[in-house]
Amino acid sequence: MTTANQTAIAKYKNSFLKEVEANVEEGHWVRMCMQCGVCAGSCPLGNAWAHPPQEIFMMIRAGKREEVLGSDAMWMCTSCYNCIVRCPRKLPITHIMHGLANYAHRLGLAPKGQPTQATATLFWNNLIKKGRVNELTFSLALYFKDGFVQGIKNALNMQAVGLGLMKAKRLNPMEILGGHGVKDQSGLQAMIAKAREIEDRKKGFAK
Amino acid sequence: MNAPATPKYAAYLCSGCGLGDKLDVGALEKIAQKEGKMAVVKSHPFLCNAEGVQMIKDDIANDGVTHLCIAACSRRAKAEAFSFPEAAVSRANLREGVVWVAAEGAEHDEVRQEMAEDYVRMGCAEVRKMKVPGGNVKEASSKKILVVGGGMSGMTAALAAAEAGYEVALVEKSGALGGFAKNLWKRVPYAAPYADAQPVGAAELAAKVSANAKIKVHLNSTVTETAGAPGRFAVKIAQESGSVAEELCGAIVQATGFTTYDLAKLPELGGGQANVVDQAGLEALAKQANGGAIKRADGKEVKSVVFVQCAGQRDTTGQHLPYCSGHCCATSIKQATYFKDRDPEIDTVVMYQDLRVPGMGEDFYRNAQDKGVVFAKGKASKVSGGDACKVDFKDLILNEDASIDADLVVLATGQVPNAGVNLDEWTATVTAAESGDEAAKIKKGELQKISVLNLDYRQGPDMPQFKYGFADSHFICFPYETRRTGIYAAGPTRRPMDLLQATEDATGAALKAIQAVENAARGRAAHPRAWDLSFPSARLEGCTQCKRCTVECPFGAIDEDEKRFPKFNEERCRRCGTCMGACPVRVISFENYSCDTVGMQIKAVNIPDEFEEKPRILILACENDAYPALDMAGIQRLTYSAYVRAIPVRCLGSVNTIWITDALNSGYDGVMMMGCKKGDDYQCHFVKGSEMAFYRMSKIDDTLKQLGLETERVQTMEVAITDNARVVKLINEYVDQIKAIGLSPMKGFG
Repeated sequence: MTTANQTAIAKYKNSFLKEVEANVEEGHWVRMCMQCGVCAGSCPLGNAWAHPPQEIFMMIRAGKREEVLGSDAMWMCTSCYNCIVRCPRKLPITHIMHGLANYAHRLGLAPKGQPTQATATLFWNNLIKKGRVNELTFSLALYFKDGFVQGIKNALNMQAVGLGLMKAKRLNPMEILGGHGVKDQSGLQAMIAKAREIEDRKKGFAK
Repeated sequence: MNAPATPKYAAYLCSGCGLGDKLDVGALEKIAQKEGKMAVVKSHPFLCNAEGVQMIKDDIANDGVTHLCIAACSRRAKAEAFSFPEAAVSRANLREGVVWVAAEGAEHDEVRQEMAEDYVRMGCAEVRKMKVPGGNVKEASSKKILVVGGGMSGMTAALAAAEAGYEVALVEKSGALGGFAKNLWKRVPYAAPYADAQPVGAAELAAKVSANAKIKVHLNSTVTETAGAPGRFAVKIAQESGSVAEELCGAIVQATGFTTYDLAKLPELGGGQANVVDQAGLEALAKQANGGAIKRADGKEVKSVVFVQCAGQRDTTGQHLPYCSGHCCATSIKQATYFKDRDPEIDTVVMYQDLRVPGMGEDFYRNAQDKGVVFAKGKASKVSGGDACKVDFKDLILNEDASIDADLVVLATGQVPNAGVNLDEWTATVTAAESGDEAAKIKKGELQKISVLNLDYRQGPDMPQFKYGFADSHFICFPYETRRTGIYAAGPTRRPMDLLQATEDATGAALKAIQAVENAARGRAAHPRAWDLSFPSARLEGCTQCKRCTVECPFGAIDEDEKRFPKFNEERCRRCGTCMGACPVRVISFENYSCDTVGMQIKAVNIPDEFEEKPRILILACENDAYPALDMAGIQRLTYSAYVRAIPVRCLGSVNTIWITDALNSGYDGVMMMGCKKGDDYQCHFVKGSEMAFYRMSKIDDTLKQLGLETERVQTMEVAITDNARVVKLINEYVDQIKAIGLSPMKGFG
């Protein structure tokens, strides 16, 4: 358990609902769910989720902290927004799912090796380096995320696509050397650090 | 009304609305003259316009016409234009009944004309047997309204009637007005924005009632006897002290409310244990707190509370109430906000299976969620009371067993109606008591004590009860109507409901009571034939004292006199004619509706001999639903067979089996009887009429066999007012069926 997690547990004791309301983006909406189940029935990937949004909300009210934050359910959301459009109580369900996923990740409780989570982490780390996504290094990082042998296999599978992109000048092989970035690199880093500081303060992660 | 000594009969035929194009009106005139034996026969191209109506009025005024047959549109159309109160009027339905429904084209001219001719014959035959009804104004009629029950419903009804200008006597059992509502801390919001609980207002309403000069309030009182009929109910009101007041009332509103379901019957949900209360118990705690922190009986401040919905309600095991009381979800939400409004840190959980918040309750629900009331979908299996309460439940979303701890548990129990005596139980007890059973005699006395109205009716001391013991109500079509004319049920005594619904109900019932006293004063029937001045009379010299009329009258209108003859309380009568249909010797009739008025119509139809292969099928259609459906089929230009002849009846219950046997004897090939839906969800305007008809007709098979006829020749069916398309299908299918089994062998004897 991380320190942040222990702090949160100590602070909110039995009320996971209050914890979610305070720390999760759009979390204050959870109490407004009326358990009609329209979100669960509307989700195109509903059958792939361990818990549809309706159940996640009920689990939050029932105080099932570890089960919710350790679940891979909210990581399965593809942001199709069907649930938001259909929710009769107008809950921003997609945003709540992402908020929960983010909160679980920050606490270190997100399921290890969950593909969406791994991809998102790689994407973020790639992006903040120079302020632009380096498509080549990001793709390679994705190919090799499950090990070296698998990475070679993935790269060979995608060989034709990569060559095609190069021919069409949509992919520059020289980007592997670091690639281009935004102009004010130090300004970018300062901005990200400040944003993180503000969010940490708001969401209870301030050191 | 004094009818002229010599009746003079006239027929007026209209050739407007396409009647003249599709029918030979000249031939119809001859039929009215020769076969209908009408002294005056006139036709007009637009009978319902001012000129046509004036022609009729002139004939009545100057020519001494007393009986008229109008051969034009349905009796349901142009009722105002063709209203001649001083004359007896029959209507031959040539528009909706013939030209609008009979098939188009020259090849159908013959059958269409035959259909019209028959309707003219029927209209003439009917009016020859009709009399102008005179009404039954008897003596000075009371317009005072008695309200039984001084709760929110009763007070609202009393005030509504008083403000409309009527004297009111209000009887309340307890020592104060206000009923259940006076013990509430706040009420569920009834006005925009429907967000927070609102003041109850029971005390203010009680003050208004007490201050109203037109309302006489009888506290600590019960009704010990109600005799008479609408316009002349003689009511004895006994005070606890023993003194008896007498009131003469025109109509009665019964607003006796409900009792909460007994907590002791719910031991598995902690009923009877410390710190487990029902909703009424929580109201008491909230009232005691008076806006401060709500404390338990042991004085501890409540920091967590669980509301268990549907406690002893919607029960499928047969142990508890099987129904939903409707108000309890909103009530628990309201009570949860008592805590949240005081201190948002108090844990409030509402445990529901299906949250039902009718009306504007959804806004209230949403607002409570916003205040932080937690709603858990679950079914409580066990509640333990005591210092630390615990609710074991099945979580219905997560499908697992779980439990919650709380300082206080509130059970949302249901409403049990205060509707007096169950008449089935009463009849059984009285029968046993009359045969000398001592225990039954004691029980009869006890039943009389719980009776609300102590009616002096042969059917028993209260109005009939409904499923689950609620007071009678024509709940699908006319909610305040009961089977006791002039007595209206309002509030939770007739169905479970909340305060807002109860007050609306009370206003409706007060208006019905006002209608009833006004109709009684004018000698007219009450709903649904509220304009009707006719009333039943019996030719007693022919009566066999079989008591069928007294037993089968759905409204308890007929008593037996000392010689055991039927004695009509006309003001209680709704003019449905169920007694007329029941009478085996056909001695009961109305001035304008009798065995003869219908019987002569049946006989007036020209029956072609069997070689012509034109069947004749009689339709006896309820005028409330089936006949309008037939008319509507015409209005929509749906086509049905021109072999049928439809006669509207007041209710299928008024159909006397003599009409059926007469019809079959005179060569009809089939009889279709169309009435309203019967059973628990009845739509019969007279509640039991269609049911009686179905019952009687279930016994007609023997008669048919005696006549050597197939049982298919008489069909009884349920037709709703919306069944215009279906009724066409029913007719056409039946005609095909009759053609398949062949024409009746009885032709030519009639």
